[in-house]
Amino acid sequence: MNLFFVVLIPFLGAGLAAWVSRFGRLQSAWMAGGVTLVALIALTPSLPAPFLGETLVQRIPWIPALGLDLVLRLDGLGLLFALMVLGMGLLVILYARYYLAERDCMGRFYGYLLLFMGSMLGIVLSENLILLLMFWELTSLSSFLLISYWQHREDARTGARMALAVTGLGGLAMLGGFVLLGEMVGSYDLSVVLANGELIRSDPLYTPMLVLILLGAFTKSAQFPFHFWLPHAMAAPTPVSAYLHSATLVKAGVFLLARLFPVLSGTSQWSILVIGAGLATLLIGAYFALFKHDIKGLLAYSTISHLGLITLLFGIGTPLAAVAGVFHIINHATFKASLFMAAGIIDHECGTRDMRRINGLWRYMPYTGTLAMVAAAAMAGVPLFNGFLSKEMFFGETVTFSANHTWDWLLPAAVVVAGIFAVAYSLRFIHDVFFNGDPIDLPKTPHEPPRWMKVPVEILVAICLLVGILPAFTVAPLLYVAATGVLQTAPPDYDLAIWHGVNAALIMSVIALIGGILIYAGRRPLFNLATKLEGLLDARAVFDGLLKGLLALAGAVTRILDTGSLQRMLLVFILSALTLGTVGFLGGGAPLTGDRDLLPADAVSLLVTIALIIVALWTVVLHRRRLTALIVMGALGLLVSLIFVKFSAPDLALTQLSVEVVTIVLLLLALYFLPQYSPAESSWPRRVRDIGVACLAGGGAAALTWSVLTRPYESIADYFLENSVPGGGGANVVNVILVDFRGFDTLGEISVLALAGLGIYAMLKDLRLPGPTCDARGRPWNWDMHPVIMAALTRLLLPLALLVSAFIFLRGHNLPGGGFIAGLITAIALIMQYLANGVEWTHVRMTSNLHPVIGAGLLIGLLTGLASLVFGYPFLTSAFTHVHWPVIGDFELASAIAFDLGVYLVVVGATLLILVHLGLMHHASHPGEQEPNHA
Amino acid sequence: MLEEPSSMEALIAVIIGVLTACGVYLALRARTFPVVIGLTLLSYAVNLFLFVTGRLTVGQPAVISDQAVGYTDPLPQALVLTAIVISFGMTAFIIMLALKARAELGTDQVDGRLDGGDAPNERGREHG
Repeated sequence: MNLFFVVLIPFLGAGLAAWVSRFGRLQSAWMAGGVTLVALIALTPSLPAPFLGETLVQRIPWIPALGLDLVLRLDGLGLLFALMVLGMGLLVILYARYYLAERDCMGRFYGYLLLFMGSMLGIVLSENLILLLMFWELTSLSSFLLISYWQHREDARTGARMALAVTGLGGLAMLGGFVLLGEMVGSYDLSVVLANGELIRSDPLYTPMLVLILLGAFTKSAQFPFHFWLPHAMAAPTPVSAYLHSATLVKAGVFLLARLFPVLSGTSQWSILVIGAGLATLLIGAYFALFKHDIKGLLAYSTISHLGLITLLFGIGTPLAAVAGVFHIINHATFKASLFMAAGIIDHECGTRDMRRINGLWRYMPYTGTLAMVAAAAMAGVPLFNGFLSKEMFFGETVTFSANHTWDWLLPAAVVVAGIFAVAYSLRFIHDVFFNGDPIDLPKTPHEPPRWMKVPVEILVAICLLVGILPAFTVAPLLYVAATGVLQTAPPDYDLAIWHGVNAALIMSVIALIGGILIYAGRRPLFNLATKLEGLLDARAVFDGLLKGLLALAGAVTRILDTGSLQRMLLVFILSALTLGTVGFLGGGAPLTGDRDLLPADAVSLLVTIALIIVALWTVVLHRRRLTALIVMGALGLLVSLIFVKFSAPDLALTQLSVEVVTIVLLLLALYFLPQYSPAESSWPRRVRDIGVACLAGGGAAALTWSVLTRPYESIADYFLENSVPGGGGANVVNVILVDFRGFDTLGEISVLALAGLGIYAMLKDLRLPGPTCDARGRPWNWDMHPVIMAALTRLLLPLALLVSAFIFLRGHNLPGGGFIAGLITAIALIMQYLANGVEWTHVRMTSNLHPVIGAGLLIGLLTGLASLVFGYPFLTSAFTHVHWPVIGDFELASAIAFDLGVYLVVVGATLLILVHLGLMHHASHPGEQEPNHA
Repeated sequence: MLEEPSSMEALIAVIIGVLTACGVYLALRARTFPVVIGLTLLSYAVNLFLFVTGRLTVGQPAVISDQAVGYTDPLPQALVLTAIVISFGMTAFIIMLALKARAELGTDQVDGRLDGGDAPNERGREHG
């Protein structure tokens, strides 16, 4: 299970790192470094497995019914990336500790960084595709937070939003691709997917699936035409760029290409799409990199170009090309991270990143200059540095690939052009910054950075050199297992030696080196030309245009649907529902009436129906006289509860009855603060239209009810009826469903009720409602608020009412009743005290702080559920036993009763919270009045 | 439409239809209080509808006992029981919104229009 810890530790550490920043700004850096080390240690027990040719798979069941498990895997490819993510993470954490300024919040930075690290580890260690996608989206989100770290800067916010939009869009496409892929093989597990390459490639949906998955990979890895977000993401702090754009975020896309390489590659679609995108990206990135005046801009486009190179290698599709791709992933991560760090040092020391002003730094920081030169040489592909080795393999692969094709010189020629530009921009990075005259008007006088800020760069540069000179003794074993992980079989023989004799690849390297030097020497006319061409190939303008169009479209649709009028929106809503329902029903061709046997109506039912219709219409006719309408509506609620009584639903009848009382009290209280009468202001045509709409809606509802009721149906009721007593220990099946079978739903519902109560409390807080001093006819409000007889009677009734509620509560498991109804009865009993005795009197005797009651109720409900987990049963499994009490006799004790107690408390708490606080507003509107003392 | 006006099913269908119609008409009014009453009527209709999807059964409550000849479907009842309580929460929330709107906007017109009355028929007038 150690892989789970590897992924989980950074997520936990993110919170810790943010928290410890309150104890000093450097504490976060220590914490982040410690967390990364712990994650590395957690990974170590699994290190040998890939080298022994094993693939570790660790699984925790999550939603087995959907084929969704929390399942991680470790093979060579995952190992390589996990080591890069963690190792590079450590270096970046060290570097950032010196890079960030006093005013930057360290806790937030390291928190985000660890969040990102965890997500990235999740991607590279996922065995399940859906899980992989979730981590993929998490990297989009956490990189958004990292790029926009300097929130006060406009460019940081824009860059972060653009990165999120582009990668988020790609993630969505990828989800579609993964679902298609999962459906093809019948599993989302990578082991299964990777073993079914033939099946997948011959599937008729292979092409759409490929395109969708490639969209995800290409957007993440900034492949043309989605490359434009990466340069804008350079607004991030440089440690973030060093981390995200060398070893991690942008490598996620090529990681996916590598991961799915065995199943997706080898078709003409794959070759065309991946080689096309890779080649275009390689060339465009290399071209633009040369002409950027911003150091980080140059590195950004060079990153794009190198990502194109790796993509192109995977596109070629031969096992050797894949090996070269993996090798270049390693090399690019090391030299690009060190270059970004060097750029950060230069920015830090000079106060600018503009290469037209930064010149001649060699005199000020020769040591940093040396490090940067080594890394830049690796980037250019100079022999004895690591970039040379993988670039030679790359050149060689393009020649081999093209040998069997017409136009066989085109691809090698194109990559040599890209190589020439790579040499030129590497040369510019060194020459322009460290030589080329003197610094022009720098904000600061540069000098060497603090000792430890250089350590990460030194380590990376040392790796560049060691790999470049002694590949067989350094990188070879790791490269071998990683390539095995990519190919899912042993890679073909390859030779990591520096000297292979004079062959095509070597000649291409030499041409690139000489060509690059020549281009850089003759750069003046080229720069003039580039300035003229600027803006011609601006993908950002296209993106902005698309975004603007999308927003305009969304705005237009919103304006059509939402005119800022509730009446209009309701009308649109009702008419749409009617239209859809009618079209759907008529389109189905089913008869209105089904063939179920119907119940004959009796006279009482007919009378109740007629009464109900009259009362309902009466409510509408009287609706402008609000108090009357409210009372009539109360009668309507009572009639509805009669329907529940008639059709075998005693629980519902009791609930409806008590809810009705509470609702009417609530609306009466509220009505006090509203006008007592509605003005007659609707025009006749408007009323006729609304009556028409209402009749249509009513007719639709009646027809729907009729066609449902006349059809036979299958129910899952038998299960509940059979298992209620043996499984739930209760004879009242409705209650057993509420507290046991569907207890989780009930827990959600009481949470909603609690939230509604709290929301109302929040709304009423600090609200000043003007209360009327006289009624609508100008009569003053009655000062004798609390009639003595009623007050005395309700006080007597209170214990009795509470007893009834306790009785209803206790019998609820076996007979109609239960927590909901008992809670409502208790609430009514207590509200009666407020009504009869006044708020002030009751307030002295009873707390109005009901939050603890609601909280206790939710807690009890949750703990009852968790208790069953402790005993190894599913959440909210109930246990019950029969105990014999003296005098009372046999009594059944079910754990569900504790859950029901939680329901009870929440219902009491929320109902009272709502009514009491509204009542208190009532009181506040008469601040000067003192009520007569009834005590 | 209702071929057998003497059946219980027809009566329930008519009741739900009337409750819906009354609720819709009130919900389309221009003042907050009638809208709340209308929504309450609509919630009666919806709760009733959900309840009767378990079909109509007379005198067979879902309480297990030896004497029972049969049981009604308990599942819709359990769903509707919580729905009734949640409807109360919703009604309370909306009426509080109405109170707050009145206090802050000075009118109980549903769109906060100070001149009262129905929203005009032409679209987009409120948008500048």
